[in-house]
Amino acid sequence: MRSGRARVRALLVWAGGLGLAAACNGPIDSGLDESAAAGPPAYGDTFIEASIGDIGGLIPTLTSDQSSYEVGGLIYDGLVKTDKDLNLAPAMAQSWTYSRDCLDLTFKLRQDIKWHDGYPFTSADVVFTYQAMINPKTPAPFKEGFLLVKSVDAPDAYTVRVHYDKPYARAVETWGTSMLPKHLLQSFADAGTLRESPQNSQPVGTGPYRFQEWKPGEKVVLVANPDFYEGRPYLSRIVYRVIPSQATIFLELKANGVDYVSTLTGIQYARQTEYPAFRKAYHKFRYPASDYTFLGFNLKDPRFADRRVRQAFAHAINKQELIDGVRLGLAREATGPVRPGTWAYTDKVTRFAYDPEKAKALLAEAGWKDRDGDGVVEDRSGKPFTLTIRTNQGNDERKKIAEIVQQRLKEVGIQADIQLIEWAAFIKEFVKPRRFEVVVLGLGTGIDPDQFVVWHSSQRGPDQMNRTGYDNPEVDRLLEAGRMSCVQSERVGYYHRIQEILAEDLPMIFLYYRDALPVVASRVRGVSATPSGIMYNFNEWYVPKSQQRYTSG
Amino acid sequence: MALFALRRLLLSIPLLVGITFVSYMVISLAPGGPLDFLTPEDPNASPEVKERLVKEFGLDRPIHVQYWQWLRRAVRLDFGRSFLPDGRPVLTKIGERLPVTLFLNLIELAIIVGLAVPIGVLSATRQYSLYDKITTVFVFVGFATPDFWLALLLMILFGVQLGWLPISGLRSLNWEYLSFWQQQWDFFAHLILPIVVATFGGLAGFSRYMRQSMLEVVRQDYVQTARAKGLSERVVISKHALRNALLPVVTILALALPGLIGGSVIIESIFAIPGMGQLMVQSVFSRDYPVVMGNLVIVASLTLVANLVADITYGLVDPRIRFGGRRGRR
Repeated sequence: MRSGRARVRALLVWAGGLGLAAACNGPIDSGLDESAAAGPPAYGDTFIEASIGDIGGLIPTLTSDQSSYEVGGLIYDGLVKTDKDLNLAPAMAQSWTYSRDCLDLTFKLRQDIKWHDGYPFTSADVVFTYQAMINPKTPAPFKEGFLLVKSVDAPDAYTVRVHYDKPYARAVETWGTSMLPKHLLQSFADAGTLRESPQNSQPVGTGPYRFQEWKPGEKVVLVANPDFYEGRPYLSRIVYRVIPSQATIFLELKANGVDYVSTLTGIQYARQTEYPAFRKAYHKFRYPASDYTFLGFNLKDPRFADRRVRQAFAHAINKQELIDGVRLGLAREATGPVRPGTWAYTDKVTRFAYDPEKAKALLAEAGWKDRDGDGVVEDRSGKPFTLTIRTNQGNDERKKIAEIVQQRLKEVGIQADIQLIEWAAFIKEFVKPRRFEVVVLGLGTGIDPDQFVVWHSSQRGPDQMNRTGYDNPEVDRLLEAGRMSCVQSERVGYYHRIQEILAEDLPMIFLYYRDALPVVASRVRGVSATPSGIMYNFNEWYVPKSQQRYTSG
Repeated sequence: MALFALRRLLLSIPLLVGITFVSYMVISLAPGGPLDFLTPEDPNASPEVKERLVKEFGLDRPIHVQYWQWLRRAVRLDFGRSFLPDGRPVLTKIGERLPVTLFLNLIELAIIVGLAVPIGVLSATRQYSLYDKITTVFVFVGFATPDFWLALLLMILFGVQLGWLPISGLRSLNWEYLSFWQQQWDFFAHLILPIVVATFGGLAGFSRYMRQSMLEVVRQDYVQTARAKGLSERVVISKHALRNALLPVVTILALALPGLIGGSVIIESIFAIPGMGQLMVQSVFSRDYPVVMGNLVIVASLTLVANLVADITYGLVDPRIRFGGRRGRR
């Protein structure tokens, strides 16, 4: 019942908030068999998920791959989680409060939570997780948020107080990290051998599912945790099958061998699954993924230091053409680095329509004209405008983007070559030392809009993330201000302004946000697409008793 | 004979060390390092972790020192732990993948030899006949067919359309709940497609080799003699010709030994079989040096052993070749 209500709400969000319905035929489940006849929520059945990569390990804070986070997210839990609209919501903490100066953050923990081995979960585990994370011996790739904490203490067993030196906007989000059991890991964390601890092969968490087995390269099996603090999840057993080939995953889908695939390719979604048997067996969903694809300039290159040249590029490129050609329309235009549908997003920014004439005019204004009539623009000394578009090998989408952009640039008199380079070499030899002219790459966005490390002028070092070399004092100030505040209504203004400036200034051309295209077996009910995806209410998914396929569990 | 084997064995030690040295250098020189993958292109990854791991893995030391450290542990069969976040010992990681690959490859090899020998012999004895032409076309089609393509076609036909065979994996998910014989059938059914695909592609080489070898032998004088003695064609072929024609095949068989543990990346990936091929490719792509090196040591040692075995068996099956028999010639 609870999930039924969530579903109706989610549909409204989908149709209204995202304006998607017109964009494609049947973007979400067709709703043919969603009647009450299916039966009430029931426990049981096995849910089989196909995953292209194996998990890296079973302590998610030490890993950086998607599969580990997904599996880890079911075994472990954090103090907070994100709800369907990407807002932070209580999880193991029932509430949190800030002090007036945004420096003190106090969490009240739920008192009914037990580790999978029966041990009670208390504030000592939270303090321990913090200490393990900041321990220099712990190889956790994402500890930045914890390093900004000044101190953590536990006044009682169910209260945690965190103190910061400076206000930090992503403070609460940081505590959504997987909490680790102190009673099992203390000695390993102290010795810096967390990776080698039994926890990494037989994990004990507080999440909705308990670990059963991991056969490397083959599968991970989880079973429902009957003592989960929000109630036992309906699906009894989860199997992650590792299938390293995209083609095989698709065939398994067609043969009903898997129940869930996190993302289809555009062509699979739009063409190859449009037949009655598939539509009957699966529901397809669609929502904006969290990363955007961009065309990045090297702002140290004198040609691209001139904003008019960058704007000329924006006029020369047709984003809709890219979305249609590369993604079969399954993406939405990006205007900035904030994910559409989140609170910090604004669409009231300058847009550069596809207009080759304007592009040529801007180039001419910047001194680039076709002086010898060969179709390529030259500067005053007669040097032609040539460049190389670089991207990594093995990403077909980016390759196609490079090809289409190459064609469009030719129209305005810019001669571009394309170079595809193996990922590791690409990052090391070209991106980090900023030895490029133009690159096609993607960037992820977090839950919080803070992107200090991507845009602040202090972050331009070779190992830092401001890869284009962007330097704008006003953006610097806004980023600092946005990061220092814990009041959302205040921060909205800063981030809207940042998006306006970036859209005008174009350190990179924001191309599009891909749509994630998951499919779920139609016997599974309670699934709906929201801005945060479909997995936010996974514990409420169920298979009506009459349609359960696997009896075990 | 024993002396020869011992000498060869001793000689292969410096060779093995040399192989590992070159391998270590090459893998270390490949652009990017293990940490580029552990601390990915993400705005929130901390650079400090990277420095910490560089120290922990010993990657801050000069490359020859790193190699020396590795070698010192490797001689005690300690190949260390994987650089990946699971941090498991290299030998465990290899150990859980090896049996599947070995099993699959042994069956494949047996089927290939079992089919290729008769195909080759018959094509040779009926050279330029219709049978010869058909088998020639058949094995070359097999050789030229990309195995991923064939695999997908067979999966669509037998897995999706007909639903007779499972598409991927090694066991059904309800395997634990099946009876003993059902379990055996389930496992066998999962193996059919991968084995068919691998065998089809591997037939050409062996059968052509067999045909060639046989063609040479049937032209020899002693085969003429056997025929002249009035022996039946069957006896001539099977007793006099085939035995001699098999000699070079023995060498090839022995050399196929290291290939047995290598595993085919394409077949393993497409059929989702957790074998050695996948492990090796994953560890190369993630620059997981310990696993790559552990793998290479095993393959290199097996190759050296196979060479030795080939030489020795050659002497055993062919009385004309005797080791240390230089005196006899003079």
